[in-house]
Amino acid sequence: MTHLGMAPAGSHPDVPVPLVEMREVSIAFGGIKAVDNVSIDLYPGEVVGLLGHNGAGKSTLIKILSGAYAADHGEIRVNGEPVHIASPRDAKRCGIETIYQTLALADNVDAAANIFLGREKLTRWGTLDDHAMEAEARKVMGRLNPHFRRFKEPVKALSGGQRQSVAIARAIHFDARVLIMDEPTAALGPAETRQVGELVRQLKQEGIGIFLISHDIHDVFDLADRIHVMKNGMLVGTAVVADVTKDEVLGMIILGKCPPAAIPGPGAAI
Amino acid sequence: MGEPSTLSSPGSPPPGSPSSGSHGEAPYAGGRTSLTDAFRALELDTRLLGMIGALAVIWIGFDVMTGGAFLTPRNLWNLSVQAASVAVMATGMVLVIVTRNIDLSVGSILGFTGMVVGVFQARVLPELWGFDHPLTWVAAVAAGVAVGGAVGLLQGAVIAYLGVSSFIVTLGGLLVWRGAAWWVTTGQTVAPMDGLFKRLGGGFEGAIGAGPSWAVGVAAILLAVAAIMVTRRRRAGFGFPVRPLWAEGVVILLIAAAIVGAVMVVNSYPLPAPVVRRMMEAQGAIGDGALPVITHGFAIPVLIALAVGVAVTFLSSRTRFGRYVFAIGGNPEAAELSGINTRRVLMLVFGLMGALCGLSACIATARLNAATNANGTLDELYVIAAAIIGGTSLAGGVGTIHGAMLGALVMQSLQSGMVLLGVDAPMQNIVVGIVLVAAVYIDTLYRKGIK
Repeated sequence: MTHLGMAPAGSHPDVPVPLVEMREVSIAFGGIKAVDNVSIDLYPGEVVGLLGHNGAGKSTLIKILSGAYAADHGEIRVNGEPVHIASPRDAKRCGIETIYQTLALADNVDAAANIFLGREKLTRWGTLDDHAMEAEARKVMGRLNPHFRRFKEPVKALSGGQRQSVAIARAIHFDARVLIMDEPTAALGPAETRQVGELVRQLKQEGIGIFLISHDIHDVFDLADRIHVMKNGMLVGTAVVADVTKDEVLGMIILGKCPPAAIPGPGAAI
Repeated sequence: MGEPSTLSSPGSPPPGSPSSGSHGEAPYAGGRTSLTDAFRALELDTRLLGMIGALAVIWIGFDVMTGGAFLTPRNLWNLSVQAASVAVMATGMVLVIVTRNIDLSVGSILGFTGMVVGVFQARVLPELWGFDHPLTWVAAVAAGVAVGGAVGLLQGAVIAYLGVSSFIVTLGGLLVWRGAAWWVTTGQTVAPMDGLFKRLGGGFEGAIGAGPSWAVGVAAILLAVAAIMVTRRRRAGFGFPVRPLWAEGVVILLIAAAIVGAVMVVNSYPLPAPVVRRMMEAQGAIGDGALPVITHGFAIPVLIALAVGVAVTFLSSRTRFGRYVFAIGGNPEAAELSGINTRRVLMLVFGLMGALCGLSACIATARLNAATNANGTLDELYVIAAAIIGGTSLAGGVGTIHGAMLGALVMQSLQSGMVLLGVDAPMQNIVVGIVLVAAVYIDTLYRKGIK
């Protein structure tokens, strides 16, 4: 089998086993192959950019990993072990957390309720421990957004950046090993985008692996170590960011043309 | 993760202590004594105050128009008994509507379970353990709640797992269960009900008397104080901002005053003289002198409704289930993605709605002292209207249990007031319909105002 993402020399010599591996994954919706035989991987402390046009299949691929969709074919391995991810709960159990492009917040409840949604803290009588959850929410939000004070308000009353902080807090609070960020800066201003960049670097240092989905090639070049490029549901190729130019990557995205420094995938134009 | 300051945006002040709030979280700094600040410190629910204000306007208006016939202990007592059945169902309807669904079948489920409850206690149980068994009413209520819950779960399963819209499923249910109610006895009315069961419907046998009413009132006040103090201590323990002590005192006083007021009202509605005479005779204490004054006290159906209100409020605000109900209403996709079993929650919401219909069926059947297959006809509209008047948003995600119960009281007040004024039934419907639309319109304005 073609294992495309062999560990690039130098980046992680001591850790030969990928944190996450998706092998030959396919999914079709009504006869249209949204993801077609795609294999990607991610190592600890690595940021991997997933690039492609709208409709290239990157969000769909990532929704398979986060448990929102079930793949028709293929295998997912975490730390080399095959895992079965049938629901978001399964993904979280594997340490895979996702920050969705839409943020996926329940707008009518407050920040703490969103951070702990599905994983509430309970008192010894089995009731919600809102005070303990608020205390932890204050701690994690204090790291992300020190000026945030609106803990009693439903998140629909918050600004875009504050909502983003809540979504990020939810993902990192539960000791994620793999973080999926789907267009994390699409709705943010320059200062907030910079904050997200700093957060990504910080998490990387802690050994968390990050999938960064974006169609902003500059973001990806700033943050990512490697890239996977998708087109029409197929993998065009994989490259170490330092080995390719932005123009070459644009060629992969638009034309599906794989430069010599990249490892071509099944979707590469010949 | 590293140092907290790494993510602060450039040029902004360093993170302060948790309560040094810049905006959003009102600091209750000492020295400020303006009236609006003081009012804000009470953290009262302005929406709730608005509803209570509207109710006060309705009550005083009817009292003036009827020349003092409305605000009498007798009328208020009857009013609360008449509102109990709809109020019980309205608490469940809030959760249904919060999840962006609707239940049009509640009146029919009430009719069906009422017939089951009637037949069970008047025909089945007497064959098993004879008439006037002390546990007949318990078995009958349990049967009503179980059958109602089963019906609700069935509808909920079709909605949640088969994906048929709740409007359609419960519209079908409206027809199915009304028809089923007829089939239970092929249309015959079942009467009378068990003696103890009848108390669930109110009437003079269904009131707990003056002394127990005071006991209930005092217990309620103590519970409220305990709840407020426990919350305060927990918040202070985490270093969160808390209400100033004087504000807690004012809130407790307001709650206590409302409860004491309610007890005094129900305790000044005397039993009719013939009833008192019969009670005296039964005790063999009949004298020729003046009969003693014995008052009703709280009606059992009203206590049931209040207990249901407290229980469902607890369920919706203090349990995972309640949190998930609101999260589903706020963003169904987000709820699903955070690993919540949304289908199961949805099915259970309809199951709870059905169980509450079963309980309401007991109240309504006991009040009529008969099970009829037309019982609860059009109740679905009153229940939905109560929830909506109480501030439940049809868009989902927003609603309170106490609001819906107040909504039920508002609707019943309008009807009772118009009956006292001698307004004919068609005109009553017109007024209630207009009030429903107006209430939702005012609520829309209110929500725009707070955005």
